[in-house]
Parts: sequence; C-alpha cells; structure tokens
Amino acid sequence: MTATLAADLGAALSPDRVRVGATELALYKRDASNLEGQAGVVCFPTTTVEVQACVRIAVRHGRPFVARGAGTGLAGGATPLDDAILIVTTKMNRILSVDPVNRLAWVEPGVLNLDLTRAVSVHGLHFAPDPSSQQSCSIGGNVANNSGGPHCLADGVTTAHVLGLEVVLPDGEIVQLGGDEAEPTGYDLRGAFVGSEGMCGIATKVCVRLTQDPPAVRTLLMDFASVEAGALTVSAIIAAGMVPAALEMMDQLCTRAVEQYIHAGLPVDAAAILLVEVAGLPHGVEADVRRIVEIGTAHGAGTVRIAKDEAERALLWKGRKNAFGAIARIKPNYYLHDTVVPRRRLPEVLKQVYEIVERHELLAMNVFHAGDGNLHPLLVFDKREPGVMDRVFAAGEEIVRVSVAAGGVLSGEHGIGLEKRDFMPLMFAPIDLDAQARLRHSFDTTGLANPNKVLPSPASCGDLQHVPEGAWI
Amino acid sequence: MDLTAFAAAVGATGQVTISGLGMRGGPVEGVRAVRAPSGIEWVQADEMTMRCGAGAPVADVDSALAEVGQCVALPPSGTVGGALSVGHSDIRRLGYGPVRDVLLQACYVSDSGQVVQAGGPTVKNVSGFDLCRLLVGARGTLGFLGDVILRTRPRPLHSQWYTIDTDDPFPTFTRLYRPASVLWDGSRLWALIEGHPADVAEQAAGCSLTECAAPPALPSGSRRVVAPAAVGSLTGDFVAEVGIGIVHHAEPLPSTNPVESSVTKLARRIKAAFDPSGRLNPGVSVG
Repeated sequence: MTATLAADLGAALSPDRVRVGATELALYKRDASNLEGQAGVVCFPTTTVEVQACVRIAVRHGRPFVARGAGTGLAGGATPLDDAILIVTTKMNRILSVDPVNRLAWVEPGVLNLDLTRAVSVHGLHFAPDPSSQQSCSIGGNVANNSGGPHCLADGVTTAHVLGLEVVLPDGEIVQLGGDEAEPTGYDLRGAFVGSEGMCGIATKVCVRLTQDPPAVRTLLMDFASVEAGALTVSAIIAAGMVPAALEMMDQLCTRAVEQYIHAGLPVDAAAILLVEVAGLPHGVEADVRRIVEIGTAHGAGTVRIAKDEAERALLWKGRKNAFGAIARIKPNYYLHDTVVPRRRLPEVLKQVYEIVERHELLAMNVFHAGDGNLHPLLVFDKREPGVMDRVFAAGEEIVRVSVAAGGVLSGEHGIGLEKRDFMPLMFAPIDLDAQARLRHSFDTTGLANPNKVLPSPASCGDLQHVPEGAWI
Repeated sequence: MDLTAFAAAVGATGQVTISGLGMRGGPVEGVRAVRAPSGIEWVQADEMTMRCGAGAPVADVDSALAEVGQCVALPPSGTVGGALSVGHSDIRRLGYGPVRDVLLQACYVSDSGQVVQAGGPTVKNVSGFDLCRLLVGARGTLGFLGDVILRTRPRPLHSQWYTIDTDDPFPTFTRLYRPASVLWDGSRLWALIEGHPADVAEQAAGCSLTECAAPPALPSGSRRVVAPAAVGSLTGDFVAEVGIGIVHHAEPLPSTNPVESSVTKLARRIKAAFDPSGRLNPGVSVG
C-alpha cells in the first residue's frame, strides 16, 4: 500500500524527493521532543503546487499527513503517527519579497527564523519572534506553534507578526488567509490558523511583519540572594509601567552550568540572576535602565552589571540562549517544560517546582522568560538510570498541574502537540474543547491533517487515539 | 464574572442579536436583543491584564486603567464587546497594534446558550486553537462575548502630535522610530510620537516636524483597507494610515477587496459549525 502511495508521490514530485528507506524514516520519527512515532513516507515538496499534490494524494489514499519544518518543536506536534505522510517544507526556503518601507516580507515556510532576520538587517529590520532555536527553526514551524522567544515580552509571539498566509487546506484547496492588507474582510482566519499545529492545513507562503531595530539597546544583569527577590523585581518593573525588550531569569544551578561553558563572569554564588534588556530611543532607554536598577536594588540586587559594548551584550545573551547546551555538563538528558503563570505567582510556583523535583529525586534548572511568567523548568537526568523516565514524567505532570492551579496555562510557546494533549482538560471544559474541535473540523473536513494532536479524544469526535511508546500523557 | 443570566437571556432557540451603545451600527433590527454584562472585575497592573464584562464602555475601562498608568489598545467609543466584535483598530494601530492582539481570554455564550471559554488569562498562551482571534471581528456571528480578559499596556510618558507638508509620506515614516500613528492626506502628514519627552522632541526635530494640537478630522464616508504600499498613490479626499493601509475616505467606495471563494466556503463552514441555525446576529455577514 505504501509502495503505491510512494509511487504516486514520486510521480507528482520527483522520486528523489520521496523517501521510504528505513534509515530515513527513522530520522523523521520524531521532532525535538521525546515522543516517537512512525512515518510511512517522507517527502520534500519545493512549491505550493507540490504541497497541494502531496495533500491530494494523502486524501486519495486516506492516509494522514503531517507537516514538518526544521523539526525543532518540543511538544511532538511534528511527530508522525500511524505511518503518516510527512511533508517536509525545508526545501521551500526562499524569501520571496521584502518591502523595507512598509516593513513586511513574503517568505516560504522553510526559511529559517534567523536567516530572515539576517536578510533584512541591511534595512535596519528584524523578525521579532526569536526562539532559542532561532538558528535552526523555520518560519513555517513558528507559524504552526505560534512560537515565542525572549524578545516576545515587548513585541508579542508569532501571531502578532504574521499578516497573511497562503495555505493548502486539508482538502487540497489553496487559499490566502489575511495578507498585507491590515483588515481583510471576514473572519480572522489567519489568526485562527496560526498556532493550529498543522491541523488546519499547511502554510506555503507567509507574509510577516518586520520590526525596526532599536536605535539604543542596554543589557543588564542583576543578581539576587533568592529566586523570590528576583521574581518580585520582575513584577515591580512591569507594575512601574515599563516593558523591557526582554526580562529573563536563570537560577543558580543553571547559572553555574552556563558559566562553566561560556566563562562570562556570571555571579555563580547568586540564587538567581535577571537578564534585562531595554531597547528603544536613547533617553527613554537610559531612564528605564536607571529605574530598573533602582527597583532591583530596592529588592536586594547584589551586583548590577551593564554590558559596556555589543561584545559583552552578545556574551550575556550567549549564556541565555545556549543554556540548554551547557546542561550536558551535568547530566546527558533533559526534558524541557513550558508553562505560564501570572507573574505575581512566580515565587510560589517556582518553590513548588523545586519541591516536586526534589521529591522525585531529580535535578531542575530554571531559565525562563520571567517577564511574561513563562516558566521553563528543565529536568536533567540520565536515562540509563532505571525508572528515571517514570519520575521525569510524574514530576512534569505535577509541574503542569501546579502551573494551571496557580491561574496559569499549559503552554506559553511550545504548543500542545502530543505532549500536553491529554492535559487540555485541566484548562478547558468539554464544551470549550468542543468549540476548538469545531474550528479544527471547519478547516479539516477530511480529518487527515495531523490527527490526534492537541485535542484529547472526546473533543476529536471519537477519532482513534494513538499514543506512541514513551509518550508522556 | 457570573454569566448565567446573560446565557439564559441568549437562550438556545430563536433569533437573537446583541446590543451595546449603538456606536458601531447597533443590533440587528427586528430581532430580540440582549446585552452583555458590564462592570470591571479587576485590573492587575503588575500582570498588565484586566477583566471586564463585554458590555463595559471602553471609556470606563480607560478611566480605570488610567489610575494605574495603563491603557488598552481599543478604539475609544462604545463598549469593549462592540470594539472587539467589530475588530476595527483606531488610528494608533501603528504603535499599539491591532485589536485582535488585545483579547487574551473570552467567555462567550454559544448558539446553544452555553458559556464557552476561549484563550487563557496570561499574557502569553499557546494552549490549543486560537478562538479568541476568531471571535475578534466576527461581529457576534459565532457567539456573544460575555466577559473578557484584555492585555493592557503602559500609558506613554509623553505624547505629542506633529505635522509637516509633504506629497510623499514615506521618507518621514521611514525615519521615525515606532511612531504611534502616521496619517497623510496627500499633501500633509501628521505623526503621533510618544515616549520620553527628550526622545519625542529629537524625533520631531530630526524630521523637521512642527507641533500641532490634534490629528485631522477623519473623513467619514468610508473606511477601506489597501496594501500599505498603495497608500502613496491614493487620490481624492482621504486620510490614510501610513504603514498600515487603512484609508478614511470622504466618499463611500465600493469594496475593492473581494474574498476568494474558497475562503468564503471556509468562513461558511465555520459559521455553520458554531451557529448551525443562524440564530446569532442573523443577516450579519462576515464572509
């Protein structure tokens, strides 16, 4: 059956862009999450028409299909289930047009996030969402997951930067949702599509909003004797009417790991450090820096280090963005979580996170977007230890539960995918999930677009639920 | 906020429409009308969020937020629910963003008279499908907003309108850093610059702008949307939002933005999924 399918796909694309070899299928059985599935065929279209052909062939064969960008997703959204056709968009990587005056660009979904920023930097512009994976994640994946990043505090996550989309709907129709016009007639289908994790179709072109580079940037590092003092500083900065460009926190364990890795002179004896970036026009930036230092000092900040030049700023950010790489020095494996809590609840939820991991005899490092309450507890472990995965999953579930119980949400920027699908009822009643399922089925009348993700079974109209081995549910 | 009474008023059968302050066309004529609850439930300055009934006047919300030095990016008149349901931004969109980015969580009453929650209470949230953005601009055809949690923003330290005569808006537009608004009528440009007073003054001086008291009155014949690049070639009696492409014309103009048919079909499927009997705001088309 797969042979016929592959032959059909090969005829529509070209045989060398349709892969069924065991090794290649194994490479694509998961994204950057720990959740493994199995693809039946992996194909690499290069145009919208080829994506349309893949989707139509999938429909004709009644085979599910899953879109995949660079595969950096952390929630299993691009993990193929049930021998699905994996439609990989990495070869659709052209920047189609840039309008530097009105600050927008049309790009294909396989363009890498940082490549877009590099391409438009000559115009003094950048693409604001900057996930830690920005060197390797694709714009299509950013759209599917509504991705964030440290600098989304001031500028918002991906949906605020996507104006329009060309989409191949799950029935093979090609539509344009939104566009460079600010308020297209009708429902905001662009908004409904962003973050739909490949379950509403496949984006083949994206119109993004570009953001002006700030004339002045100041990056400062403050250290605190307690995580609570750092968290209270975050709330006080926001309450004082400032929205820094970024407001990131790292706890001691993480700071020590990072320092060993980058040698930036980070204060390794502090319980927590805050990395604050203020951007804008020079007078406003200097005034904000002064007030932030005052607020930090009033909350017991030890030292305040202001990056003196671009090199030092880059070094401080390198520590933040490569924190996850540094962790390999402690244990070989990690599981990164993503929940959001109201800022004011950060101290108590962090305390609970430490208690949970201690009870499960694990180590947790926290490096996260404190400014928007977006926690990223990172559980580090050695999976060769017998029974450790059970403890990792149990601790993870408790962290999700305490975050939601504190008035938070399941995910701030990674999405739901498979990872948190069955936690959706913690946040939504059956009727709420039913409304989401109605939206999904309006887009996907075939039910073949990345089925069995995001929505737990009662809301997916009785679809057979397939959970891969090792899935954390 | 308790939406039981509102949900009961919407009910599960018969045509029903929602009314606010009548600033955006009002309810559907000849159909039984309901009103969403008003009142501000809370303002959390350190979260930059607030919760209110959809029937709350935008002006009341603005006053409450002013007390904590914040504001919300909604057009200034009518109710919060009306502003969200119509989804039209005001002239500060360039700096403040579109209306759709304001709504974090909505509790709405569905066609079957039940309360449904969309979105979540935090400023950052990607948990599930984005029903909030679908509801903004849906003109009450998919559900009636009951109460909402909104993202707020700091009020600017200083805010000043400036003007300059120019037949090309783009050189000034390009040189300004994140102005809150740039308007142009074909021969004159107005810019709203906000922030630290010294920065505002330097920005204005750098573009040879002159202080003025207020923006021009917007022609009220029609409000249409063009590609932002098309603003430079507009003709007639208009005021255009530079960088955005929203144009306020003196004359009513036919729509130049027909929606493709596959998109219309998709929109119809959504309407049918959320309100199969077509009882919510009957006759209002968003396709």
